[in-house]
Amino acid sequence: MAKTVTQYFDDLRDTRVWRSIFRSGTGTSTLHRSLAIQQNVFLHLFSTKVRRRMVSVGATWYLGTLTLGTFLILVITGILLMLYYHPSVPQAYADAKDLQFVVSSGLFLRNLHRWSAHAMVFLVFAHMFKVFYRGAYRPPREFNWVIGVILLLITLLLSYTGYLLPWDQLAFWAITVGSNIASAVPLLGNRIHFLLLGGNSVNANALLRFYVLHCMILPLTAIFFIAIHFWRIRKDGGLYAHPSEPATLRARAAAVGKEAQ
Amino acid sequence: MADEKHLPESAAGLNRRAFFVKLGLGSLSIAAAGTAVFAYQFLSPNVLYEPSPTINAGNPESYPVDSVTLDVNSGIYIIHAKEGFFSLSAVCTHLGCLTAWKPDLGIIACPCHGSRFQQNGQKIEGPAPKPLPWKRMWVNDDGDLMVDRSTDIRPLQFVRV
Repeated sequence: MAKTVTQYFDDLRDTRVWRSIFRSGTGTSTLHRSLAIQQNVFLHLFSTKVRRRMVSVGATWYLGTLTLGTFLILVITGILLMLYYHPSVPQAYADAKDLQFVVSSGLFLRNLHRWSAHAMVFLVFAHMFKVFYRGAYRPPREFNWVIGVILLLITLLLSYTGYLLPWDQLAFWAITVGSNIASAVPLLGNRIHFLLLGGNSVNANALLRFYVLHCMILPLTAIFFIAIHFWRIRKDGGLYAHPSEPATLRARAAAVGKEAQ
Repeated sequence: MADEKHLPESAAGLNRRAFFVKLGLGSLSIAAAGTAVFAYQFLSPNVLYEPSPTINAGNPESYPVDSVTLDVNSGIYIIHAKEGFFSLSAVCTHLGCLTAWKPDLGIIACPCHGSRFQQNGQKIEGPAPKPLPWKRMWVNDDGDLMVDRSTDIRPLQFVRV
């Protein structure tokens, strides 16, 4: 009897090499499926079990996942753009133009990076509104809300630092104005302004500093907090369920019963 | 209290473990403070490859009386008033945009957020918190007008040539 594709795949999953990588192996039992999540370094950040209605579109509109999606697009397109972009005063603007008119698919990648950045800012806000209006920020999830606010700030800083890199008039004056806002900090303002720009005006040092912030420091910080953000979903009791939902009421009744004993 | 030296607590109220914990935390604090100082010094450039703050504005005779000339690259105005020459920063005191002289209105205006200044730098309106500062100006040995952009002076100190 001819084997089906699924059977070939199951055979593959039973090979020694596969089992050395994915230890859970074949099987559809709850244990097997739990292990498949727990034993994967990426998936173990998430809950092993999720209520079916919590992963329905209506519950979250997938806004957090979509935000992650735009972030991944930004990382990939950003790394590709870095292959043609020099963060130096004589070359930055010319490189941006080259990406637009000379490099194959450069226009597509640059625009994808730009629109994903806009979409990410929009989605972060939408995600926060959804979380806020569902009341999903309340204890025990209050710390994850704080992490979310940090991620919002990192998102805005990523947008801001990326704005300078094309090195056109818009970029120059936007960063001139933006960095002067930092000077308004009491006492330390001018020092912060100097450190941010690496000088007294928006110049070569500022371009390089914003490049390093945009391509290294802020993305790594974002990844660090994103990992905590996802892990806290599991640690704070999984995806949020509204208090009026039957499962939540049952769980609360059980908890109260346990306390009474 | 003859056997005081046998107690685990020493005269300073410290046993050995607490002493080493304090020593360790103290060392770490000093190291952290040193790292902060090191980071601050590292991030502040000691040499700047920026344009010199001193500008040679050329021959005074190239500026007619009652003229306001903007030097876009250095961000200053060279103004020849009836009382004499003076130099004004062209950088708006609000958020650092480059202002422009409006000859038909006789004012200096900022394109970013609408601040307006008089010819002598005094603010007329807008979000700018301070007047445009006067810059130190002098005539060098060759008879050229010089401006030091890094030095603000009190207003109404005209240079007569």
